[in-house]
Amino acid sequence: MIDYRLLDIDGILTSEPIRKGFGRGLLAAGKMNPNVVAACADLTDSTQIGLFKKEFPDRYVEIGVAEQNLVTVGSGMAAMGKIPFVSSYAAFSPGRNWEQIRTTICLNNVPVKIVGSHAGVSVGPDGATHQMLEDIALMRVLPNMVVIAPADSVEAEKATVAMASDNRPNYLRLAREATPIFTTPETPFEIGKAYVYHEGTDVTIISTGTMTFQSLLAAKELKKHHISAEVIHMPTIKPFDGETVLASIKKTGAVVTVEEAQIVGGLGGAVAEFLGENHPVPMTRIGMKDRFGESGEMNQLFEFFGLTSKQIVMSSIYIKDKKK
Amino acid sequence: MKSHSIKDLEIIANDIREDIIKMLVEAGSGHSAGPLGLADIFTALYFDILKHNPEKPDWSERDILLLSNGHCVPVRYATMARAGYFERKELMTLRKLGSRLQGHPERQRLPGMENTSGPLGCGLSQAAGMSLAMRMDKISHRWIYVVMGDGEQDEGNIWEAAMLCSKYKLNNIIAITDRNNIQIDGPTESVMPLEDLHAKWEAFGWHVIEVNGNDIEAFIDATAMARAIVEKPVMIIAHTIPGKGVEYMEYDYRWHGMPPGNMDVPGDPPKAEQAKIALKELRTLGGKIKSEAHD
Repeated sequence: MIDYRLLDIDGILTSEPIRKGFGRGLLAAGKMNPNVVAACADLTDSTQIGLFKKEFPDRYVEIGVAEQNLVTVGSGMAAMGKIPFVSSYAAFSPGRNWEQIRTTICLNNVPVKIVGSHAGVSVGPDGATHQMLEDIALMRVLPNMVVIAPADSVEAEKATVAMASDNRPNYLRLAREATPIFTTPETPFEIGKAYVYHEGTDVTIISTGTMTFQSLLAAKELKKHHISAEVIHMPTIKPFDGETVLASIKKTGAVVTVEEAQIVGGLGGAVAEFLGENHPVPMTRIGMKDRFGESGEMNQLFEFFGLTSKQIVMSSIYIKDKKK
Repeated sequence: MKSHSIKDLEIIANDIREDIIKMLVEAGSGHSAGPLGLADIFTALYFDILKHNPEKPDWSERDILLLSNGHCVPVRYATMARAGYFERKELMTLRKLGSRLQGHPERQRLPGMENTSGPLGCGLSQAAGMSLAMRMDKISHRWIYVVMGDGEQDEGNIWEAAMLCSKYKLNNIIAITDRNNIQIDGPTESVMPLEDLHAKWEAFGWHVIEVNGNDIEAFIDATAMARAIVEKPVMIIAHTIPGKGVEYMEYDYRWHGMPPGNMDVPGDPPKAEQAKIALKELRTLGGKIKSEAHD
């Protein structure tokens, strides 16, 4: 299941914001299915929903700065057979409107697609208020909800198209700043599946969203240290692909998780819960550790908070040594 | 379903009130005042106003009724049973394990229940979403009625929805405020003043009609007027008596969230007598307050 082109990450890669892929994916989904509709809370351009709006003005609703209304209107549309994609910044949706998502979308079990842009510290200079770090945790605890964090804009496009034909509530986590494109249109993506992007035997690195690229860089670096790292990219955090994780952990016996979110309740939390019950092994989690972000440039912040390939390398060496 | 005289409808509304009391007593918890006050409105909706088919709850031509203040759902269950959606004996399962009649309504559990509610302030947003979806599908002949509480209008979400409905001129939405002036902690005007409610809705771009919500004929007329308004969404402020038909409950906010028979309330009948007295009053007064019962 490995696309070996993924490993050619030393060359000069094109960078693009992940949210751009969402914009293209939504347009494609809209062309395929007339029931796909969209609504936004005064952030049309920055959430990239504008492409859809331009092509299908009659299937687009501008809600204004009202995120509670945004998702609840989505619930009503879905009850009438529509597949609404509702977008805002993740800090506001699902940050502000969690109860409406819980009651009117998840308990109703209607296929509303909540798109949270500008997630993670990579938002940069806007600072802690806008750097959403708790969204994975907030969405992961809701019954019926599917949680997806694509690695790059190409995967975001595929994920968006796949979401349009999924009949469950979905949350899509997007990042603001340009990040490297390292998957291709042929790289597999299916909701609910995790993928081994790099095979190894000494330690498993499980990552999601923007951090998968850093994890692949780390795997290359680890080779120089004679450590064979397996990298699992987990674009769908819920439902959790335990089969893929278990197969890898049984082989390597140690795990590092990496995410641009709170490790409590995030990907790290999900992996810890799963392995704790099924196959406990030495584990360490990279991500935000019970603190808020702050203003800065993306790469400065990644460095500051240890969200880098360098940190992943160090953590991998550390956790490998913990194995008995 | 317009084969009933107003007299018939008043009798049905009183039967529904009796069912509400019996359900709440059997459940041992739940809200009394709001459901009793809404019995006339729900009777009018299900037995006269709505286009619906109890045999086919998901009939694609039906009008939609959303209940935004989900705690008042006993009145909806009791009315749906009378209208033929399910057997009346199921009413006695209210709030019990495995029941389709959850303490607060769930769309997934009971056919004909159009929305899940309980957490307040969300009904109008869902109505807006439904109306917008209908417009996209070029459906203009279906009405969406939303029953809302007055206390729940403390919620900001309602006013977000009010602006959106007005912006898009969602003229197939008819909202109904159950203006009974009470909420859990006391009179609405002391908990969080809502007045001038009429002026507020007008200022938000709505056409507003005020009516006595315990007068079935007047309420039916108000909805007919509302359907004739095409340039705006319509808010019917329906003035109701909380606890209507049970004298010791009427106008008393203490009966907002309590069933009869649970506890002694100072000045009211002892708890052992509450249900019996309530049912007796309903049978003798026909759902009317004492001053009305003599005409």
